[in-house]
Amino acid sequence: MKKLLLTVIVMLPVIVAAQTNTAGNETNGKRLFMEKNCYYCHGTAGQGGRDGARLAATVLNADGLIRYVRKPAGAMPAYTEKLISDQELRDVLAYLKSLPAAKAPKDIPLLNQILEK
Amino acid sequence: MAKSKKNSVNRRGFLKGAAVGAAAIVAGQNADAQVAPAQPAAQTRATTALPSAGLARVETTAPPRADVYTTDRPGSDFMVDVIKTLGIEYIAANPGSAFRALHESFINYGGNKAPELLTCLHEESSVAMGHGYAKIEGKPLMVMAHGTVGLQHASMAIYNAYADRVPVYIVLGNILDGQWRRSDVEWTHAVQDCASMVRDYTKWDDSPISLTGFAESAIRAYKIAMTPPMGPVVLIADQVLQEEPVPDQDRGRLRVPKLSPTTPPAGDAAAVNELAKLLVAAENPLIVAGRLARTPNGLKLLIELAELLQTPVLDRRQRMNFPTQHPLYGSGSLAEADFVLGLEVPDFYQVIHAQTPVTKMGMESRLLTKPTTKLATLSTMDLLTKANYQDFGRYNEVDLAIAADAEATLPSLIEACKKLITADRRRAFEARRARYAEVAKQNQARFLQDAAWGWDTSPITTARMSAELWNQIKGEDWSLVSDVVFQSFWPTRLWNFTKHYQFIGGHGAYGVGYGAPAALGAALANRKYGRLTVNIQSDGDLNYAPGVLWTAAHHKIPMLNVMHNNRSYHQERMYVADMAARSQRDISRAGIGNDISDPNIDYATLAKAYGMFSIGPIENPADLGPALKRAIEVVKRGEPALVDVVSQPR
Repeated sequence: MKKLLLTVIVMLPVIVAAQTNTAGNETNGKRLFMEKNCYYCHGTAGQGGRDGARLAATVLNADGLIRYVRKPAGAMPAYTEKLISDQELRDVLAYLKSLPAAKAPKDIPLLNQILEK
Repeated sequence: MAKSKKNSVNRRGFLKGAAVGAAAIVAGQNADAQVAPAQPAAQTRATTALPSAGLARVETTAPPRADVYTTDRPGSDFMVDVIKTLGIEYIAANPGSAFRALHESFINYGGNKAPELLTCLHEESSVAMGHGYAKIEGKPLMVMAHGTVGLQHASMAIYNAYADRVPVYIVLGNILDGQWRRSDVEWTHAVQDCASMVRDYTKWDDSPISLTGFAESAIRAYKIAMTPPMGPVVLIADQVLQEEPVPDQDRGRLRVPKLSPTTPPAGDAAAVNELAKLLVAAENPLIVAGRLARTPNGLKLLIELAELLQTPVLDRRQRMNFPTQHPLYGSGSLAEADFVLGLEVPDFYQVIHAQTPVTKMGMESRLLTKPTTKLATLSTMDLLTKANYQDFGRYNEVDLAIAADAEATLPSLIEACKKLITADRRRAFEARRARYAEVAKQNQARFLQDAAWGWDTSPITTARMSAELWNQIKGEDWSLVSDVVFQSFWPTRLWNFTKHYQFIGGHGAYGVGYGAPAALGAALANRKYGRLTVNIQSDGDLNYAPGVLWTAAHHKIPMLNVMHNNRSYHQERMYVADMAARSQRDISRAGIGNDISDPNIDYATLAKAYGMFSIGPIENPADLGPALKRAIEVVKRGEPALVDVVSQPR
């Protein structure tokens, strides 16, 4: 019994840390981004479009993302805890932060042509 | 005016014994059906079927004296004479027995020229082709269809054309008098009132019961269809009128009435002057353009008005109203405007209000303008309002509503404004010119930066697809004949639209299945001008009636089809995801019933099967430019081509 209690005490900080992992799991975040259909509106590269804002390289932090997802302002549906947990949202954020930033249009020949027309 | 040929002789000949002969044939066939023994399995594999015993007997026995029924002047020839006076270039039709005489008259008596018959594989495609054609050519083509089953197929496309205020000239076959219906097929294909099925969303219809009546109604139908607000019309060509000879007593008096086009309704002078006062006095006016530019002149006039007053234009992308890279394009703001003028805007309420998203309960529309902002509408919407189908939208509380055609009214509005502009007002207009130019420049920079995100990703972004396309067509005389709403508006953000034929707007009533056939109709209109027609084709839309690919190949209608293949009815997928989120249930299942995958549809193979050059599926963005280039080479040779692009949802 003592051994079990000791194990629980030793493991508790690990469990708590895992539950509040501010870094998030990028791989799991990518899976969730697709599975929870975030990409429907925001694109698989988080590039955004007619129906959703760009999320790639978002400036939001975890608290900001969680707050917005729970109570979105625009057409986005609210994703409650029942649909996606805070930790899962941290994982999604880790994935979004991992997406490469766009090049400048002047560094993309097709866009540069339009820029310089 | 068409006249009966002087030497036209009615050779309708009823010889004695007709009833006896006909009865013999029918009896023989029926008897044969009853006594024919079952064929052994081995014999059924014969490659050529032998005639039945009954048929062989009839065809190898000297016939009794039989009636031979001929005429060199069926009523349908006269119908062709009438329709030829309207200058209609094409007839789009899926064949049907209810208009077989008219069909035959067009191809033989009429020489299959002006109008020329186009073989369509679905009546919805026929009408949607007419929809797209009219938006390029400015006049209708003709559609022929069964009055019952054909019209049932056609009905959604008719609704789209009606809601989009586009003329389509529809002629339906029907046998009104039951005594002339020969079989169960003709009974089930006949109807007492053909047009009732679509009367809620057509502008006019008629069922003439004489050739004289047909002539007058045919001309009237065209006149009504072409008078703004335009719309589809339906004319019934009774099968008996089509197939029976022109009665002797009618030959000398049948004539085709002269077409007297109606001038479009323009706004009355007092109202136009009042509108000019509001426009000239406003500090931050905003023009919202809907289905304004019916013709190239509408585009020219709106540019003149906007530049005269240095007023920004918010384009609803329902017609080619304004150049997309003009400094006044999209550079205004509803929040800042002190006066908003809607020109042929069918959804003006939605423009000036934020609607409650589907993800929220209730209807809490919020005004996007200041409460003090004055509002005016100039539109034909008020001239064609019906009760049942409610395309009229929410009621608009405005300060001035002018029921008139905006394009026809713009010349007098421009002149009225000119008279009111003082030196002070001119200086104020000039001051805002620089402001809007700066906003437009910032918008363009933002679009380009936004387009760069996900540039190399797969599925290919709609921004990349649009940029690659632009790179291939920018030096050509191009015409985009598809809507841009499903590609996050990237073409209108990145391309330089300047000419009226470069954009035709969208569905009208959002009836999916419009895209592919409407694009083909527009391509048909573009063909004689040598334009490079481009259609960005949604995958879900194409699957309603993919036979249009064959029609394009068969009639050698050059067009570049670029599949926006997101493998889903994506709008509905988003809606179902919204509903799942609202219900707090499994969002990951929103693709069920919406996704078009497993197996993925191979559109390149589909196009090949219909006889069209094709490439794809293209999944690597680096492969897209070369594929488009190859396809355009084919299109320039006068053929259609398809490039299947696996794309992002929007």
